[in-house]
Amino acid sequence: MSASVARLALARRPWPWLGPLLVGIVLVAAPWWLPNQYHLHIAIQAGIFAILAMSLNLLLGYTGQLSLGHAAFFGIGGYTSALLGKHLGWPVFVGMVLAVVAAGLAGYLIGRLSLRLRGAYFVLVSLSFAGVVALIAVNWMDLTNGPLGLPGIPEPAIAIPGLGEFSFRSKESYYLLVLACAAVSYFVCHRLVCSRFGRACVALRENETLAQAVGVNGTRYLVVTAVVSAAMAGAAGTLYVHYTRFVSPEIFLFSYTVTMVVMVVAGGKGTLLGPVVGAILFTILPEVLRAVTSYQWQMLVYGILLILTIFFLPKGIVPAVAGWWRRVAPRPAAATRTVAGEAEAHEPAR
Amino acid sequence: MDILPQLVANGLIIGGTYALLGIGLTMIFGLMNVVNFAHGEFYTLGAYAALFVLSALAPNFLVAILGAILVGALAGALVERLLAPLRHESIDTTMLLMIGVWIAMQNGELLAWGGVAKNIPTPFPTEPVVLGPLSVAPLRLFVLFVTAGLIVGSHLLIQHTKLGRAMRATFQDQETAALMGVNVERIHTITFAFGSALAAAAGALLGSVFLVYPSMGDLALQKAFSVVILGGLGNLGGAALGGLLLGVAEELGAGYVSSGYRDALGFLLIILVLLVRPSGLFSRAERVG
Repeated sequence: MSASVARLALARRPWPWLGPLLVGIVLVAAPWWLPNQYHLHIAIQAGIFAILAMSLNLLLGYTGQLSLGHAAFFGIGGYTSALLGKHLGWPVFVGMVLAVVAAGLAGYLIGRLSLRLRGAYFVLVSLSFAGVVALIAVNWMDLTNGPLGLPGIPEPAIAIPGLGEFSFRSKESYYLLVLACAAVSYFVCHRLVCSRFGRACVALRENETLAQAVGVNGTRYLVVTAVVSAAMAGAAGTLYVHYTRFVSPEIFLFSYTVTMVVMVVAGGKGTLLGPVVGAILFTILPEVLRAVTSYQWQMLVYGILLILTIFFLPKGIVPAVAGWWRRVAPRPAAATRTVAGEAEAHEPAR
Repeated sequence: MDILPQLVANGLIIGGTYALLGIGLTMIFGLMNVVNFAHGEFYTLGAYAALFVLSALAPNFLVAILGAILVGALAGALVERLLAPLRHESIDTTMLLMIGVWIAMQNGELLAWGGVAKNIPTPFPTEPVVLGPLSVAPLRLFVLFVTAGLIVGSHLLIQHTKLGRAMRATFQDQETAALMGVNVERIHTITFAFGSALAAAAGALLGSVFLVYPSMGDLALQKAFSVVILGGLGNLGGAALGGLLLGVAEELGAGYVSSGYRDALGFLLIILVLLVRPSGLFSRAERVG
């Protein structure tokens, strides 16, 4: 478990909060040290994908249920706030909150329906659900303008009393908004995973019969996880839509789901940092590849990378690097007490 | 009401190819516990193989379909060899691997043949055959006969040959089958190849009715999943009936409701079936639980 690994790595140092604080400062300062707007654009995308990957990881990594319908929650979030903002003129932030709620509701429906059955059924139902939602977006011309999409979606703005209105139109401000949302998502994941709740989920994943025997109500936990996961994907969707200020049924493209899966699996499913690392890596990688090859070659590389990861890094990048670090890093002599604490910190989260 | 027989007939013809897809997918799932996300790509591969045989080797439609079946079987065997080291991994791991294979295959196909939709030339006249209230294109009749033949052939192979018995034995209990002298590894390869060959045949047949393009497999994959859930995971007879049912339901939906939502019907059927009878419509009671 990477969070605990990170925690133990830090526990040996005098100031455990120093590392995260530095990372936080570097991230917040990104608009000032990134060379241009293009890089900032990629950073915004990476942030949105990090939220998506974290949300998928909640289900795939901690409960072991693979959702292939995450593009649907992403799209539902996007369409909800886009329609509220464009057609009804609601304030964007209200629309964004409702988008998260709508996606969470959709997650509840899907969870109730299929998590009783789990496994392959959940995969297929989530996939089918995404298919239905995409078809509705294409066919319901009056509401969604069909395949043409909805242009001119308002950007988020906030009225500060006495100072006038502050709009998130610039890339800098939008980056900070995305970063804040990603941080909240990370915090939510952290709270969930490192709680009784998270331990119950892992127990269910590892041995359901035993978990049930000690009083963990499997279906309930899975449904709650599905709701939180879908709501987070919805948040990513609404952030995406108000950033590009355009939404079309392409938001439901299966390639979004595939990208999320690749990010989570390659980064390290069932770890807190894995999906974030995966998201950053697999947002930058296509941009680098774009300069040298076409989209098809990129997707081909994606597929092959996924296959190779399963064979050679079955746990993902973050656990692999953490394991390597533990072998390489010298262990301070005074750390015996911490090592005992480590094992304790390590055990429940795995 | 007068279009009803026509819709049912069209549905049965299309449904037959769905049944082929579903039988292949459900065999692979039932035997290997692998959710084969690359199934649609074998379908696409079959269509392109038929196209290739027709344009480059022999201008004979039957030979083209045989070629498609052969290519599908070969590709399936290859992919199974890739899967073999992961035999004892969880269903999630193999599923992710198959997603990787799917993406790689689809984009490989796109790179190999380009994104332009192509037409498979067929020797059949376009003039429809009129049978009472029905009028059916000769090509579609041919598709109906070939799918019926393939489904009956699969049934005979599985139920009445030594190989089929070994397959069913492995299906039920791998270890016992191995103890009885069944070469389980070989059965796995053959089953995967067989399932893929059926998908390739479906691709060649349906590709000649409609068009051939690299992403045609995605829709086929969705249909195959719907069919398999309708019939119950791992249930061969259920998949055959589920395919026909889905084909007819789609035609009726497109005919009476709206053709835009044609592809949504499969999804709705899945959701309904999962609500009412999660073990599949056609599974016997003892399979539940």
